[in-house]
Amino acid sequence: MARNELLEQFVRVLDEHCPPDAVRAIQAGGDIAPMWDAFVASGFVDALVPEAADGAGLSLGEMAPLFQAMGRFAMPLPLAETMVARKLLAEAGTAWPDGPIAFVTGCAPVPCGLVATHLLIEAGDVLRLVPAAELTIQATGVHGSLAAWIEGAAKAESAVIAAPFGGLRPIAALCRASGIAGAAERLLEMTVAYANDRVQFGKPIGRLQAIQQQLSVMAEQVLIARFAAELGCRGNWPSPAGAAIAKTVSSGAAATIADIAHAVHGAIGISVEHDLQLYSRALRAGRLDEGGETYWAVRLGRERLAQAAGSSLDFVRGLEA
Amino acid sequence: MFADLALSSLPPEDEALRASVRALIDEHVASLPADVRARSWQGHDAAFSRALGAAGLLGLTLPKAYGGGGRGPLARYVVVEELLSAGAPVAAHWIADRQSAPVILSFGTEEQRKRYLPPICRGEMFFCIGMSEPNAGSDLAGVRTRAEPDGDGWRLNGQKIWTTHAVHSDHMIALVRTSGTPEDRHKGLSQVIVDLKAPGVTCKAIPDLTGDAHFAEVFFDDVRLDADAMIGGEGDGWKQVTAELGYERSGPERIYSSMVLLDAWIAHLGAVGRADDATAALVGRLTAEFAALRALSIAVTTRLAEGANPVIEAALFKDLGTSFEQAIPTLVGDDLAGHPDEPVDPVLHRTLFHVAHVAPSFSLRGGTREILRGIIARGLGLR
Repeated sequence: MARNELLEQFVRVLDEHCPPDAVRAIQAGGDIAPMWDAFVASGFVDALVPEAADGAGLSLGEMAPLFQAMGRFAMPLPLAETMVARKLLAEAGTAWPDGPIAFVTGCAPVPCGLVATHLLIEAGDVLRLVPAAELTIQATGVHGSLAAWIEGAAKAESAVIAAPFGGLRPIAALCRASGIAGAAERLLEMTVAYANDRVQFGKPIGRLQAIQQQLSVMAEQVLIARFAAELGCRGNWPSPAGAAIAKTVSSGAAATIADIAHAVHGAIGISVEHDLQLYSRALRAGRLDEGGETYWAVRLGRERLAQAAGSSLDFVRGLEA
Repeated sequence: MFADLALSSLPPEDEALRASVRALIDEHVASLPADVRARSWQGHDAAFSRALGAAGLLGLTLPKAYGGGGRGPLARYVVVEELLSAGAPVAAHWIADRQSAPVILSFGTEEQRKRYLPPICRGEMFFCIGMSEPNAGSDLAGVRTRAEPDGDGWRLNGQKIWTTHAVHSDHMIALVRTSGTPEDRHKGLSQVIVDLKAPGVTCKAIPDLTGDAHFAEVFFDDVRLDADAMIGGEGDGWKQVTAELGYERSGPERIYSSMVLLDAWIAHLGAVGRADDATAALVGRLTAEFAALRALSIAVTTRLAEGANPVIEAALFKDLGTSFEQAIPTLVGDDLAGHPDEPVDPVLHRTLFHVAHVAPSFSLRGGTREILRGIIARGLGLR
C-alpha cells in the first residue's frame, strides 16, 4: 500500500474514533473500550508486527507519519507504544494481550499509564510484560493527564523478553517525538486560522507584523521538529543517536510552539472548552516524557565527543550508514 | 503543512563526488589554520577555484554543452557541503557558480551563455551581484542606478554598495532601472552584465570589523554597455532577481557558516578531555540541530531537483539555519569563558572572535530575517 494511502486510511480511523470529544471523555476518566476496540478492529495496532505473525510488517520509517498523525489527534491511548510492544513480543515469539501497553523506562510518570492494561518494563537487559492489575498505579493529579506513577516489581510469572538494541527508551522517545511533531502541526494550523479570523484594530491580527513574525518562528519550529522525528524513525529500528536527535530537537521546540500558539490565541486558548489546550498540554507533557531535550542532548553529545577530532559532517553522515 | 517536503537521501552517484572534493581539500585547505578556514565563503583564492574547475566541480548543474557537469542540484549540494565543512576558500567562484551562471542559463541569450558559462565552469571568470544601493537595501524597488538607451546599447550611471567581492570580480550582474522611477516600484527594473574593467567603473573596498574588506562600493560614471549587456527582458529584472534569491536561500551554505568554529571547539574539548554533562549537553544540542537542519536542507534541495520552486520552504530553512549559525559563536564563547582555567589555543580564540564579529551578516545577506519571516507568513496563508 502506498505511503499516502496508508496514512489517509489511518487518518480516517482517527477522524471517526478519536475526535476531540472522545479525547476529552477519556481524559476525564471515561471508558477506553470503544476507541481501543476500533483501533484493534482497524488492524493498525498490528502494523509493526512481522507478516509471519499476521501483522503488516511495516518498518519504523513507514510508520513515522502515522505516529505523527496520532499527535495531530491528541491520541489519549498508548497506541504507538502498543504497536511497538506487539512487534517486540511477536519477534520474541511471545503472546500479547488485547489491551493497550504502556512503556516503563525509568522513574518518571509513565505516559498513558492510567489507560494501559499492561506495562512493558525495561529492567536491564530484559523487558517484562506485567499486567497493570499487579502494580500500584497512581494518577499524577495533573488536570486531564493520563500519565501515572507506577510502583511494584514484576512477578516471577510475568513474560520476559530480551531488550532490543539500544533498549526501550530510544523507541519510546521516538513515539513521543513523533507525537510532538503531529500535535505541533495541528497547533500551527489552528493558530494560523485564528490569526486570519480574529479582528482587532479593524483588521485580522494575522496582518500585524508582530504576529506574522511569531507565526513564522512557530512554523520553523514545527518543521524542524517533524524533520528531527522522521530522521530518528529512519529504517527499521532506531539508533540511540537517531532517537537523541529526534527528542533533543522536538522537545527543544515544543515549549516555543505551545507558547506562540497561546500568545496568538489570547485568553480563549487557556479555556478548557477550546481545543487548543488538548494539543498544547500534549506538547508540554511530550517534551518531558522519556527524557527531555537536555537528557538526550547529553547522550548525543557524549557520542560526538568520542569522535571529537572528526568533523560534525562526518559524524552526522556516519549515523545514516 | 509543507507535505511535499519529505525526508530524502543524497543519491549514491552524487555521494561519489565526495572523494574528489576531499582530495582537493587535503591538498589546498587542510593545513590552513581554523581562523583562515572560518572565512570560507569570504576566503578568496583564485588558484583554488581554478583547481575546482579543472576537477569538474564547478558549474555542476549547468549543461555539458556550456562546460558544466550536467548534474542536478544534489550533486552541487555534496560538493558545497564538503567545501564549507572544511572551510575551503570558495569566495572567488562562489557567486558565479551559485547565482550568476543559473541566471545566465535561465534568462540569457545563447550568445551570452556561450560567452560566460564555460569560463565560469573553469573557475576563470568571477562575478558579483549588484543589488543594494545607498537607498535600496531590503526594499530593492528603491534602486536608482540607471541604464539609459544610448545608440544600440545603454549608458549606465549610479552607485552600488555592499557588493561582496566586487574588487576581485570580472563582472557584475546589476539590477538597474531602465524606465520609470522608484515610485514605479518593481516595474522598470532590468538586469545587466557590467564588465568591471570598463571605463567609468570604480570599485572601492569597504573595510569591515574583522579587518577584511570583502564589501565594496561600485560607482558607474557614464559606463557604456553594449546592446547584449541586458539579461532577459527589459523590465523583467524583479522577476529574475526573485528567482535568483531562491537559489541563494536554499543551499547548504545556510548551516555551515560557523561550522569550522564548532568543529574546532569540539576538537578542543576532546584535546582537554572535557566531557561533563553540561558540556556534552551543549555539544549534543548543536549536533542534533545540525543533523535536523541538514536533513531539511537536503529535502528542500530535493524539491529543487524535482523542478519545484520551494520559495517558502527555502525561507523557513534559511531563517532556521542562520539562527543556528549565529547561536554557535555565542554559545561557544560562553563555554570557553566559562572555563577560564582551561588553556585555549590562540587560533581557536581568533576563530571565535572572527565568527562572532561576522555572524550578524548571516541573517542579512540573501534577505534579512525580518523580510524572510514576512515571506513565510504569506506562505502560511496569513492575509
